[in-house]
Amino acid sequence: MSQTATVDELGHGTEAGGKNYLNQEAGVWSWLTTVDHKRIGIMYLVSVLVGFTFGGLFALLLRLELLTPKKTIMDASMYNQAFTLHGAAMVFLFIIPSVPAALGNFFLPIMIGAKDVAFPKLNLMSLYLFWIGAIFMLSSIVTGGLDTGWTFYVPYSSGTSTTSVISATFGVFIMGFSSILTGLNFIVTLHKLRAPGMTWFRMPLFLWSLYATSIIQVLATPVLGITLVLLIFERAFHVGIFDPTLGGDPVLFQHFFWFYSHPAVYIMILPGMGIATEMLCVHSRRPVFGYKAIAFSSIAIALVGFLVWGHHMFVSGQSELASTIFSFLTFFVAIPSGVKMFNWLSTLWGGSIRFTVPMLYALTFLFLFAIGGLTGLFLGMLSVDLHLHDTYFVVAHFHYVMMGGTAIAFFGGLHHWWPKMTGRMYSEKLARVGWAFVAIGFNVTFFTQFVLGSRGMPRRYYNYLDQFQPLHAFSTFGSWLLGIGFLITAVTLLKSLKDGERAPANPWGGASLEWETASPPITENFHTTPVIERGPYDHPVEESA
Amino acid sequence: MKDPIELGSFWLPRQSSTIAKEIDFAWDVVLWVDILLFIGLMGAMFYFMYRYRRRSEKDKVSLINHNMRLEVTWTIIPTILVLALFAIGLKGYVMSSVAPAEALEIRTTAEMYMWTFTYPDGTVSVNELVVPKGRPVKLVMSSKDVLHSFFVPEFRVKQDVVPGTYTTLWFEPTETRETVLFCTEYCGVGHSDMLAQVKVLEETDFKKWIEMGGTLEKLPPAELGKKLFASRSCATCHSTDGTRIQGPTFKGLFGRTEQIADGSSVKVDENYIRESLLEPTKKVVQGYPAVMPTYKGLLKDQDIDALIAYIKTLQ
Repeated sequence: MSQTATVDELGHGTEAGGKNYLNQEAGVWSWLTTVDHKRIGIMYLVSVLVGFTFGGLFALLLRLELLTPKKTIMDASMYNQAFTLHGAAMVFLFIIPSVPAALGNFFLPIMIGAKDVAFPKLNLMSLYLFWIGAIFMLSSIVTGGLDTGWTFYVPYSSGTSTTSVISATFGVFIMGFSSILTGLNFIVTLHKLRAPGMTWFRMPLFLWSLYATSIIQVLATPVLGITLVLLIFERAFHVGIFDPTLGGDPVLFQHFFWFYSHPAVYIMILPGMGIATEMLCVHSRRPVFGYKAIAFSSIAIALVGFLVWGHHMFVSGQSELASTIFSFLTFFVAIPSGVKMFNWLSTLWGGSIRFTVPMLYALTFLFLFAIGGLTGLFLGMLSVDLHLHDTYFVVAHFHYVMMGGTAIAFFGGLHHWWPKMTGRMYSEKLARVGWAFVAIGFNVTFFTQFVLGSRGMPRRYYNYLDQFQPLHAFSTFGSWLLGIGFLITAVTLLKSLKDGERAPANPWGGASLEWETASPPITENFHTTPVIERGPYDHPVEESA
Repeated sequence: MKDPIELGSFWLPRQSSTIAKEIDFAWDVVLWVDILLFIGLMGAMFYFMYRYRRRSEKDKVSLINHNMRLEVTWTIIPTILVLALFAIGLKGYVMSSVAPAEALEIRTTAEMYMWTFTYPDGTVSVNELVVPKGRPVKLVMSSKDVLHSFFVPEFRVKQDVVPGTYTTLWFEPTETRETVLFCTEYCGVGHSDMLAQVKVLEETDFKKWIEMGGTLEKLPPAELGKKLFASRSCATCHSTDGTRIQGPTFKGLFGRTEQIADGSSVKVDENYIRESLLEPTKKVVQGYPAVMPTYKGLLKDQDIDALIAYIKTLQ
């Protein structure tokens, strides 16, 4: 090892009964007032998993309702509330915060050799804002529901809907601040707190992806905040910004909304791509292929992502010229995404691939993201989108990208870093069973929806034509497999906390900094500040080989 | 109608308009490009998974981490590819955006939850779009309330219908048949029931249909009423079997005394039904939302008589 400090000096002295961030202080109060990024990361992790469970249960209920063309278990207005909350919970409570706020918070400082993020108290405040926002959003369930769809399109949301639009959008508004502050914190941390020798190009690529994500969070989220405030004003005081009966423009709302929400898609997927890169390198013990290409493609995606929001609006009534330009620009997102794909595959080339659970998730990510990305080409094509817009094809596409991409990468990352975070190993065998159910269930559920959509099945339908039933039933069956898969995964991980083996500092043979401190890490991550003299993927074993 | 959308291929519905061919060509191009790319990418992945699986802890791994020529190549080729796809998509889009000047213009109004079509001579049809074969049809669309979207899968056309703005869309049907149109922009509780029949008739039959004021058959009042009940989207909110949905059920309605929202009561007779059709929010039955649209101008007197006759049969 060419590291100046050895593993023991850096953090290992704390193993076997010593103090670490988990047992340094005890009691609920010590958690609620902590400024340790790792504890905050863990609290985010628990929160987003609660959000995921919540959104997932709604998903299972929706699929169950869609088992038959007419009423199965709920009436139309309940169904509309269920799909709205499924979407809103998954987007705002799970996918957006999952990787950056939970895993990013935990690992970003460790991976650059810092003691904490730049603004630890601000970090805690972000968490509280997230909770407060979530409470506002979820309170809409008991105060009249929310049935607008997660996109809150006006004029339905501003005037027609009788549900609690204001509390839900206000909740999202508050959560927006949480997202902005986290992004800001990360940017400053990456600029200012890198350990000696940790140059930008020695950073793990996960951090580049978080950096790109943070830029989007800081630049785009305020637009969503303003838009939602305008929506609240419109609804409460009938100002006339969006409502055509008051002289407003409903298409303007869509421009505002997607100006944030399209870049938000990259807030969701970029960190997932970063995790996939880490997992592919560590578990094939291979330096990444095309480090700079991957790093810069993250930034490219973040920047181009700001120019393509109008592709959500090809049939909205915006001008043909606008649609043409947006379609043209949209295809330029495909290029850096493609570059990443080629680099990931080349990383596998000549490696020593071990099929650990995190690696299985990483490979699944490649498979699902390939489908998600390639089907995006259909939707970017103006004429084909005329047919596919707002059908199940779109539903299938974004589930492949957001769930098949981000969520699968997130759960892969959870398995990858679980030993580090908790100090426990989980049962590989059980985790594999969970993975298999998830991988198969996912494809059964969502691939079917491509077929449904191209055949003309519109989305957000409570009743549907009898002829679509076989495919709907098949998709619902897939959702059960998916549900079982996540249940098994939850059991596996929770069980490991109770009776899992103690995790070594570096169970997978990774080369980045987080593997050089103890599992679980001590409160300030390292005893001495590490000095970095090599890249994040220069695996120790290969040097000795 | 059994299977109102017929399949033309595994993926796509039957092509029933001139534009469908153009759009399906673009679909086929991107489908095959995708299939080839997917096989290439995943073929490589599975091959590497097999070829480079870990055999021992001392496996030698490649340290090549960079190859400029390769990376430039796989940036340039996809760029050319996606620009080609953009161009193909644009071509079909331009065709579907520009309606021929001679197109038959039909005014289309969307509202929660029905479609109203007004033909050039003033004939009105609700939830039934009747068009001639072999002639371009242009819809000039607007919405009375929230966003809706007009979608006929077999024609491959879709356009949002926006309150406060006119949006247009055109198509030329190529075969005489019946299919459906959907609303594809979420518009509230009846969203998925907001669909209509599309009937493509021969030009001569279409003329005859227009001359007869939008109907081709003479029926006894109760039967005409039953047809109207189905075609004018009454069934979205009123059941005929006693089930409570958005509006009161029609089963046993005639002759019943209903509580009105303001506390008074009314006996359901011919006059109350007529009034409710023309001014639906005037006397709303207690416990139901005042959401029914007016049918003023949409139903002729004989239609109203027919509906009353039909409601009378539902005892």
